[in-house]
Amino acid sequence: MADSPIAEGLFEVVGGIPHLIGGRRKSDSRMVFPKPQGSEGQDYDAVRLSPEGTLWSFTVQRFRPKSPPYAGAEDQNGFQPYALGYVELAGQVIVESRIETDDFARLSVGMPMRLKLVPFRKAGGDVLAYAFEPAA
Amino acid sequence: MTDVHIVGAGIHPFGRHDDKSGLDQGVFAAREALADAGLPWADMQFGFGGSSAAGNADAVLPRLGLTGVQFVNVANGCATGGSALLAGYWAIKSGEFDLGLVVGFDKHPRGAFNPEPADWGLPEWYGEIGLMLTTQFFGAKITRYMALNGITPLSLGRVAEKAFENGARTPHAWRREAVGLNTIMSSQMVSDPLTKFMFCSPAEGGAALVLASDRKMRELGLAGPKVRGAAVRTRVNGSFEVFSPSLDIERGPSPTQIASRAAYEMAGVGPSDIDVAQIQDTESGAEIMHMAENGFCADGEQERLLKEGATRLGGSLPINTDGGCLACGEPIGASGLRQVYENVQQLRGRADGRQVADARLGYSQVYGAPGLSGVVILES
Repeated sequence: MADSPIAEGLFEVVGGIPHLIGGRRKSDSRMVFPKPQGSEGQDYDAVRLSPEGTLWSFTVQRFRPKSPPYAGAEDQNGFQPYALGYVELAGQVIVESRIETDDFARLSVGMPMRLKLVPFRKAGGDVLAYAFEPAA
Repeated sequence: MTDVHIVGAGIHPFGRHDDKSGLDQGVFAAREALADAGLPWADMQFGFGGSSAAGNADAVLPRLGLTGVQFVNVANGCATGGSALLAGYWAIKSGEFDLGLVVGFDKHPRGAFNPEPADWGLPEWYGEIGLMLTTQFFGAKITRYMALNGITPLSLGRVAEKAFENGARTPHAWRREAVGLNTIMSSQMVSDPLTKFMFCSPAEGGAALVLASDRKMRELGLAGPKVRGAAVRTRVNGSFEVFSPSLDIERGPSPTQIASRAAYEMAGVGPSDIDVAQIQDTESGAEIMHMAENGFCADGEQERLLKEGATRLGGSLPINTDGGCLACGEPIGASGLRQVYENVQQLRGRADGRQVADARLGYSQVYGAPGLSGVVILES
């Protein structure tokens, strides 16, 4: 059985292709991600974001973040560093994301990236999260 | 409108002080500032105080004396201390008061700050998947800056090397030993490309200033640097700030660029007129980017300037002469006031062992979450 998403309204799969869901503010068309929820959400229209973009910047998380808020199931010893950064979706918005790669040294500003849905091993059960990976 | 002068400055050394509360350190700094001015607390007409994690700033009152003085607690993120100074500056500039004290202190737990998504209006998943760390923001911001402007990791190391060199010369600094460039470069990677020695740590400390109108200063027979310009500005669309799940494609100026321009305009001076500068160095990359954002160089020039030692003591523009946040740590309520304290020492020729010769104009810039910057320009 497929894992449930880490949050509702964060992404959707259309024709087998995953998309993040952003918000376009009704008053001035400013785009944001994620689409705001609750009262603030009424000011925004949902926008299906492009699954492809370019790497805007990145870094590597080298130590296990504190819990909370981090909810990874692994302990200090099981922690593996992960890359994260920002991906520019042309004409829309720049989104923050985990970056999937088996070689941090290959990452460079401007490289093509593609969205994928990835299982996240959360304490209490696996969930489905999103990440970008090099497209080439 | 009257000019505003700093006629007294006090500091409690930054670092770790297990036997003292944050409040103790704030009271200590306030008494030092009053003693420096040679004035009793009872003469103060107002007080503005800030603390982020060490309780209410107005808890200094029972210790300094319950004189009935107007006292206002200031809270403004990482610019809390700097904003207390701004409030005092405006109080005198407005003509309402002509003598008062501003104080900031703090005492943070060890290790990185531990923010909760809800406190920042962010969804829980953002923290759950591991995106809620200030260190990541700094790593990502300088990565892009380096890629676009030809800055190499060695420049990051040089900034930290200078900070610890200066800290070793500064009585109020926390890290008082020089650290070699190789050690800095090869220390544990925290958030690429920034290593452990390139990051400042949360710390403890207190700083305080006595402010006076021009008239009051002369009446009391005192002297002190004049505030030529002072401004706090917040983020605009297109600024890159901590804990941002998305950014605008159309980029805008940083709060530092806006605050800097406003302060230069007020002062009627430009970056080339500045003799000594204290700028926000939460990590090495921040100092490099802030050199350009405050107008001291063009983007990319830092690589050459750092190689030449331009920002070291004896260079063409000494920066963070007391070791900055890297050597002093960052107690949020006190950090911006420490910068001004250091400039006061420099402009009064009291910065023993780290004195910038003939310093006349001192510049300070504090920056931080959630995206604000405070600049003060002093003239001796």
